[in-house]
This record gives sequence, C-alpha cells and structure tokens, in this order.
Amino acid sequence: MKDLLKSLRYTLLALVASLLVGAIIIVITDVDALKSGDFGKAFSTVFNAYKSLFQGSFWGVRSISNTIAGTTPLLLSGLAVSIAFKGGLFNIGATGQMLAGGMTSLWVGFAFDGPGWLQVPLAVAAGAIGGAIFGGIAGLLKARTGAHEVITTIMLNSIASFLVLWLLKTTLFQREGRPDPISKPISEASRLPRLFGFLDGRVDLVAHAGFIVALLATLFYWWLLKRTTVGFELRATGLNSDAAKYAGMKTKSLMVIAMLFAGGFAGMAGATEVLGTYGYASTSLAGNIGFDAIAVALLGQSSPIGTLVSALLFGALQAGGRSMQANTDVPVDLIIVLRALIVMFVAAPLLVKAMFRVKSQVVSQGQTFRGWGG
Amino acid sequence: MNTEILVSAEQKKHARNVGFGYLGLAVITLAVFSRRPGDAGFKLTEGGTSLTLPAQQFAWIFGIVFVALAAAQLLRGFGKLSSVVLSLATAVFVLSFLSWATAGESFSLVGMLQDTVSRSVPITLGALGGILCERSGVINIAIEGMLLAGAFTGAVGASLTNLWLGTIIAMLTGVFLAWILAVFSIKYRVDQVIVGFAINFFALGITSFLSFRVLVPNPDYNSLVPVMPISVPLLSKIPFIGQIFFVQTIFVYFSFAAVAFLTWAMYRTRWGLRTRAAGEYPKAAGTLGVDVIKLRYRNLMIAGAVAGIGGAWWPIGTVGRFDQNITGGRGFIALAAVIFGRWHPVGAFSGAMVFALAEAVRLKIGNFDTGIPSEFLLMAPYLVTLVVVAGFVGASRAPKAAGQPYDEQ
Repeated sequence: MKDLLKSLRYTLLALVASLLVGAIIIVITDVDALKSGDFGKAFSTVFNAYKSLFQGSFWGVRSISNTIAGTTPLLLSGLAVSIAFKGGLFNIGATGQMLAGGMTSLWVGFAFDGPGWLQVPLAVAAGAIGGAIFGGIAGLLKARTGAHEVITTIMLNSIASFLVLWLLKTTLFQREGRPDPISKPISEASRLPRLFGFLDGRVDLVAHAGFIVALLATLFYWWLLKRTTVGFELRATGLNSDAAKYAGMKTKSLMVIAMLFAGGFAGMAGATEVLGTYGYASTSLAGNIGFDAIAVALLGQSSPIGTLVSALLFGALQAGGRSMQANTDVPVDLIIVLRALIVMFVAAPLLVKAMFRVKSQVVSQGQTFRGWGG
Repeated sequence: MNTEILVSAEQKKHARNVGFGYLGLAVITLAVFSRRPGDAGFKLTEGGTSLTLPAQQFAWIFGIVFVALAAAQLLRGFGKLSSVVLSLATAVFVLSFLSWATAGESFSLVGMLQDTVSRSVPITLGALGGILCERSGVINIAIEGMLLAGAFTGAVGASLTNLWLGTIIAMLTGVFLAWILAVFSIKYRVDQVIVGFAINFFALGITSFLSFRVLVPNPDYNSLVPVMPISVPLLSKIPFIGQIFFVQTIFVYFSFAAVAFLTWAMYRTRWGLRTRAAGEYPKAAGTLGVDVIKLRYRNLMIAGAVAGIGGAWWPIGTVGRFDQNITGGRGFIALAAVIFGRWHPVGAFSGAMVFALAEAVRLKIGNFDTGIPSEFLLMAPYLVTLVVVAGFVGASRAPKAAGQPYDEQ
C-alpha cells in the first residue's frame, strides 16, 4: 500500500510536470499571439484549455462517463501488452487481436437471439477466444520457429485489418443495403448495459458495463500473476528465460500461453467496443488503441494496479482532450504529447525529483523488457 | 573432414523448416497459380519492350523448381549458398504470384520495382539507425519518432529555406531526439524501451499538434517542390536494372551509400569493432580502454542523423508536404527489418526491400481481377513476409547487451 501511494505521488508529480511543459508548448505555438505580443491572450488560452481538459474528464456525470468509456478498451488492451511484457515478449499486435476479438463477438452478437444474461457473457467470451487465437498465432510462431514477435505481430495487424475489411463485405457480416464495409448491428439483448442506465433518458452517458469486464480482467491478471504457478513461471521466463529453462520450466509453452492471454485481453477490448460503444463493427474499430496500449503498459510497469491507474489517467486525458478541442482552439493532439511526457517523467524519477526537490527514496524501477531475447 | 558434427539440433530443425517452406511454396504455386490461363505482360522498360509470360506454364515450371529446391534442402541443404537460394526463391515466387495475378493483362514491372526502391529509403535509413544503436547496446524503439519528426521539420525547413537546408534540419531533429534517448537511457538509466516509446508518442503528438495549430493556418510553411530523380550516367543505361536502381532521387543513392559505408565501417574499422564489443560485452570493452558511454552517445547521435534524413524523404524526396502521421508505422517496419536482417546492414537493407516490395505490390495489385477478393491479394505480401520470417529466417540473435544500462566503474 505504501509503495502504491508513493508511485501515485510520483505519477501525480509527473502529471503536473507534463502539464507545465504542455502549457509552454501551447504558449510558444500561438503564432498570432506571439506576433502581436499579446501574452495575456496566450495565457488565458492555457487556462481555458486546462480548465476544459479537467472539466471534460471529471466534472459531472457526463465527463466521468466519457472517462470510463475511454478507459475501458485502453485497460483491456493495456493488459494485453502487460502480460506479454511479463513473459518477456513485446506485443505490438493488440490492434490485430482487438479486431479479431471484435469480429467474433460481433458474430455472436447478431447471429444468436438469446436473452441478455446469456448473450452478453457469450459474446464477450467469444471476443476473448477470437483474440486469443489470433494472439496465439504469434506465440506459436515464436515458439516453433523463433520468428520474432515484433515482426509477426506487426504483420498480423495488417493481415487482420484486411481480413476485417473482407469480412465486412461478405453477406454474413455486411449490413443490408449498405455499399460500404459496415456490419449488421448486434441484437439489442447483446448490448453491454449502460452503467448510468438508471438515469433515464440520458443517451449521452456512453459508459457501459465493459468497464466492469475490464476491472474483472485486471483482477484476473493480478490473480494469475501472483497466485498461480503459470503466472510465476511466466514472470520467471520474462526475467531470465535461460534460468527458467534450467529450472525445468517449459519456456516455449509459456510463450504461447502469454500470447494466448494477451490476445484474450485484447480480444475482450474489441468485444467491449463492439458490444458496448458502437453496437456494430467497422474498419476503424480498433483505432489507435493498440498503440496507446503500449504506453499504458509501459507507464503502469506491467503491474495490474499500475496498468489500471495509467489506463484511467489516459482515459481521462482522452475524454478531457475532446472537450478541450471543442471549447478552445487547442488541438486534441496535445493529449498525445502530455501522455508522452508523463511516461517520460514517471520513468525518470530523478528528473522529477530534481524539478520538485522531493526528498525521498526513488521508487525502484525494474526493466520492462529484457532486450530482444532469443 | 566431417562437418556434420558441428551442426546443432537447432540448425537441423531450422534447415528442415526451410525445406518444408519450399514445399509450401511449391504447393501454392502448383495449386493456385497454375489455375489461370492467359499471358501476363510485364513492361520491362518505360517505353515498351515487354516480357510476355504464359502464366499457367510458368507456374508449372516454378512449382517443379520449388519441389526440387525442397528436396535438395531436405536431403542435403545448400550450406553457404542457402541465403542466396532463399532470396532467389522469394523473387521467383513473387514473380509467379504477379504473373498469376496479372494473367491476361499487362502492367509495368519496371514502374513497380522503381517504386519499391524509392519506398525502401525511409525503411532502410530507419533500420540503419536502429542497427547503429543496437549494435552499441541501446535498444532503439524510437525510429518511428525520429522519422516522423524529421519529416515534419524537413517539410517546414525546406518550405522556409531550401531543400538542402531542410534536409539538414531534419537530420538535426533526428540528432536531437537521439540525444534525448541517449541522455535518458545512458545517463539517467531509464528503461530504453520506455524512453523510446515516449519519444515516439512525443513526436506523433507534437507534429500533429503543430500541424493543426501552425501549418493549417500558415499553408506556406508546408509546401515545397520535392527533388527530381537523377539518372546516373552509364549505369542508368543498363537494361531493366538501370531504370530500377539508377533513375532515382538522391535519397536512394544516399541510402545505398549508407548501407555500403556502414557495412564497411562496422566490420573493417576499429570503430566498428569497438561498437560491436560495446553491444555484446561492454564490460570487456570498458576494461580494454574503450569509453563505452562516449561511444554509445556518439553512435546514437549518428543514428538519429541517419533516421532524420530518412524522415526527410517524405516531404523532400516524394510528396512535397507533411501530413499528420505521414510515416504511418514505417519506423516499426524498420525495426522489423533490423531483426529480419539480424542486425547486419545488408540484411536490414534486404529486409527493407522486401517490406517496400510488399507495399508497392499492395498499391498495384488492388486493380487486378483474379476472382479472389482483392483484400486477400492486399494481404498476401504480409502473409508472405510472415511465412518467410517464420519458415526461413527463424530465430535471430540480438546484440547481447542491447537494453541494459552500462555501469562505469
């Protein structure tokens, strides 16, 4: 608990530091204000931008709902990268795994006509299985032939996106009467219930029960890592695969297992997007989430609680960033810069310490990824 | 001499996999490619000379060649020639794929290969940047960020000044990002993957942010006339090859030269020996008097310069402007090329060519009517890469110390 508080404090300081740098960036890129020497305007831009950033992420039910909706896929796909890191693998393929899981859950979502209590778990499980199979391919290729997962997952991302494009044009998936690649909608019963459904009539509250799925998945990830033999062996392999091998662990099977779980998590991220956020599938289903997930995992140092906290932070920034762009003329892309700075500052506690003159022990940092491995 | 003792079980397994891979190519060629009658016309020059291949017979011949290759590989292997055989086999396979896809039509083979070579520039230069870092013991995930930032500042710099200065500004941007990577990973000993990724995000965020906030309101900051191709005297007159390799922009010639120079420097100079030592066993190198820290700093900055020039290829070498996320993940492809080429400049160069070919084929192939959904044709290059990497390239060994901070005692 003490460690958690300490790392939360560093994350907070890092957040403040990156907001400061962000403010500088906003001011020096305000070409008009600089030309006219109107610094008052530049500073009020910063103030308004950060105000709507904060309001858009935490102020009121709607903002909190947006934050939760943004966090859900980030957390699940963040777990997908984290568990691979724990096993010593670099999973760049969360995008492809999300697409695979999204499509399988979509199929369950519109092909069957069961009651909600059966449809929803079934569709989420189908997403996990679809993603796991797709992630498992990369694991299997590495275990059997040594093909590096960085290459195979990048290639599998492209393969998945073309596969989805094709599937969305088949009569099985394509919405009737539509020429573009867009899927049939899932049945009403298959939709993940809205979290704020008790507030009648508020359709703008987009947060859905996928968040609960993501929290349960995080709990499962913690249990797997800390309480099971597989989790122990996975961590051992990630730390030193040669030593793990000498200790009699089947490192090759563990690679496959790590990628199966990784794909499963990412597949669920795809499933919650389809079943909760959109209600259908399109080619932009996965967006940049698979890429952002890597930052989530790095910031959270692949730990269950760390991944949760960083996904929440990133989700909040995303929700706030949209309202910032809507209310001021500061582009939402500032969020990506802020994320990068937070990751950097958290990773370099010495720097933050120097900036804020904090006198305490540095949080010890393990290495996320032990080289390229064999 | 009995050399068989020296072959490990791993190598035997690998050789067997390669054999099965050839067998797989034979099956695809015979089962799929031989099913379409018609002639495929390949334009071999810009003007008109064309090569007409009867697609079906062609596929039969190549299928049999692949069966023979598989048999030879499984029975006795190709020894030192195996990588040459592999590249030839890949080329033949791609050719039979193309002749199948284009049966009954004709298209410009030269144009496509010219496009391939041009597109290989950022991947090659990015990969060289990766090799320079990783050979000296620092993982470089930040190639994408260096390319993207270089593309941005190159576009702005060249729009405001001239093409040469723009390229130099792009180069300096790469150096700056590499310097950040160096300070954080070497001095502050931060996890190299984290810094690298943070740089990628930073570059993506800041260039998109600036492109909206500064370039959109000021369009004259982002418009330039890119460089024209230069025909190399004599060499460009070589039939077929000349058109492909020697009627290109200066960026292409620079990337050729960089590959050659880095290969020579890495294996034939004192600097190269020291760099490789710093990447494999920095303690030993340090004990023998090599300043590992300084060496890593210097190599990272050179890597940043090379990658920055690779980024300048987009605005200055081709499209003449910067667009949001214009690199579109090419930096990660470059990373894949580094691993594909086993951290060797020439290997990475051939990897870059393979990926660039995949891209060029993808852009061309969508138009052909083969009876197979176009998505599968578009997917094919990536599938082929996957098969090649899994079946033929296999496990690659990274520089041992890549990723670990160095303690100076």
